[in-house]
Amino acid sequence: MLNLTLVDWLILLIYCFVAVGIGFALKPHMKTSSDFLLAGRALPAWICGLAFVAVNVGAPEVIGMGASGAKYGLEAAHIYGIGAIPAMIFLGLFMMPYYYGSKARSIPEFVGLRFDEKTRALNACLFAAMTVFSAGISLYAVARLIEGLHIFDALFYARGWPLGWIFGFSVVLAAALVMAYILLGGLAGAMYNQVVQFLLLVASLLPLVLLGLKGAGGWNGLRTSVAAVDPSLMHEWKGVMHAGTNPMGIDIIGIGMGLGFVLGAGYWCADFRVMQSAMAAKDMGSARRAPLIAAIPRMFFPFLLILPGLLAITLPTPHTTTVVREQNGIIYHETNVASKEAEAGKGLVPAKMDAVSGQVMLDAGGRPQLDYDMATPKLLLHYFPTGLLGLGITALLASFMGGMAGNVTAFNTVFTCDLYQAHIHKGASDGHYLAVGRWATVGCILLSVAAAFAAVQFNSILDTLQLAFALVNAPLLATVLLGMFWKRATGHGAFAGLIAGTIAALLHHGLTLPIAAHPGIHGGWIAIVHAYPSDMTQNLFTAICAFSANFIVTVVVSLCTKARVETEVLGLARVRAHIVWWKRPETLAVAILLAAVALNIFFY
Amino acid sequence: MKLDLRIPVGWMFTLCGLLLTFLGYSTSGNTELYGRCLGINVNLWWGLVLVVFGLSMLVLGYRAQKMLEKEPGGPR
Repeated sequence: MLNLTLVDWLILLIYCFVAVGIGFALKPHMKTSSDFLLAGRALPAWICGLAFVAVNVGAPEVIGMGASGAKYGLEAAHIYGIGAIPAMIFLGLFMMPYYYGSKARSIPEFVGLRFDEKTRALNACLFAAMTVFSAGISLYAVARLIEGLHIFDALFYARGWPLGWIFGFSVVLAAALVMAYILLGGLAGAMYNQVVQFLLLVASLLPLVLLGLKGAGGWNGLRTSVAAVDPSLMHEWKGVMHAGTNPMGIDIIGIGMGLGFVLGAGYWCADFRVMQSAMAAKDMGSARRAPLIAAIPRMFFPFLLILPGLLAITLPTPHTTTVVREQNGIIYHETNVASKEAEAGKGLVPAKMDAVSGQVMLDAGGRPQLDYDMATPKLLLHYFPTGLLGLGITALLASFMGGMAGNVTAFNTVFTCDLYQAHIHKGASDGHYLAVGRWATVGCILLSVAAAFAAVQFNSILDTLQLAFALVNAPLLATVLLGMFWKRATGHGAFAGLIAGTIAALLHHGLTLPIAAHPGIHGGWIAIVHAYPSDMTQNLFTAICAFSANFIVTVVVSLCTKARVETEVLGLARVRAHIVWWKRPETLAVAILLAAVALNIFFY
Repeated sequence: MKLDLRIPVGWMFTLCGLLLTFLGYSTSGNTELYGRCLGINVNLWWGLVLVVFGLSMLVLGYRAQKMLEKEPGGPR
């Protein structure tokens, strides 16, 4: 099925060489725990900005946005527009001064400085669990991709190894590469690699989208062929007023509150996995510019990430065909065999197969379950010839590793600073903490390998990650926001709020279920009180529940407990730097906002 | 950090671009190979784009490195 030639392998090798090479080049600079965990706080704004956006363009984005594009259409672009852009601007303008200015090494440490140690420890534990889980999902996604594209099949055939081992083999291989460059280069190694991965991804998705659009007959051609499949997929905003009239089944309140505020801000303003890149900047100005710089590529990403999904469902579904032709009096029968999963699929999106029975998996409604995660990779295989295919596959694999690396570096910082140094072993030498940081890296990767094997149960990768995220980050956002902008918020309040938010998220997930899903891992494990039209809607409302519960409980408990003395509450002073107006972060922010509005009008 | 990221990035894209350009050049006119991508020799053209991008990264990276080394106090 997939025939990689020498050139494809060479491109993959060049990338691996560069990835590890960056680690070796940075190794001499890894002298203190700060060098290793915080990149010495010495990186320029553009690297921080690109790494900031690239850390989240891992598996969940590339595969997940392609999958969402095929499943929900252009509405998936909301995550970009309404969710990300305003949140990044808000972060750069208003929140970064507190994060960076507090000199905290991580978000849990910031929470500890602002509130108290118990809130910090609780947040650190929840966050650490989430990063291990997410790193595991990224690994799972790499292995699934390698399996789905049959990259190692020829090798395994030649050696006589069972094909069932490819998954495990790929997990270990990807984990080893990430471990190598993080152990060598620390956070800087991970961030440098994220920039490389980001550029590679653009370099391979851009020709893919251009070819796809040309093949579909330009933008208007795509519009007509999408309309033949499902006309609602081409609009970002049409039908948002009523849940029944848009493909995701969300109404305007769900989009506005859920995506725009809780998920977007929760991710971009309170998630240490992305924040660590901005916090590694060399000075306050660079730290504030990093999220703003990141917002620029972020605006154009729907084009590169969602369109492949849309293009994939509009192409004809492969069927087994036999062409009979006669040449020099001899009759040839050419049979083009399409696999069972491809034939049961929609467009290029194949159906899901049960690994045990070898049958197409059906949902509760009896229709074949579509494996939307394969939308982008299938389109890659459809259009790219050998050579460019090597580049495309390298970029996909690399971007998955980048997402995983972001989780690993966030874990090692939080573990070392907020759990080990704060609670297990205080006052040791810096060399000791450097060693702990390295061991935490190894530990996190081993745990995530285990999580990768456990992740096989889930349907859409993005939905899964958003669930973990709704449990951990949506409540944290309320804590951080109240901490920064309401000086009356107290430690007890934040602690109670965080617990209440997490429990509310769990309850909501346990009591609701997306339509056409079986109770269990997708929700409904307590009882089914309400059914949502899709996983994504359910996750949005889980996040809203978590955020609101935390917000209300924090406010109520804070008002009942004793406030801290005003001078103790940090970071309240805002220093305004004297810079030329066009260099100020505010100017950049306004320009980005205008561009985002223009894009939304265009795709209405 | 003393490593200008544009240098490894430049090398990577230049090498990959050269490989693709070479492959595209040696397979030009191969309709079977390029039938799937609408008959365009994408390897050749995209390879050239990558070479140009890679080389410009290299020029910028090495120039920045040189400027830093000229500054008093040595390279940073």
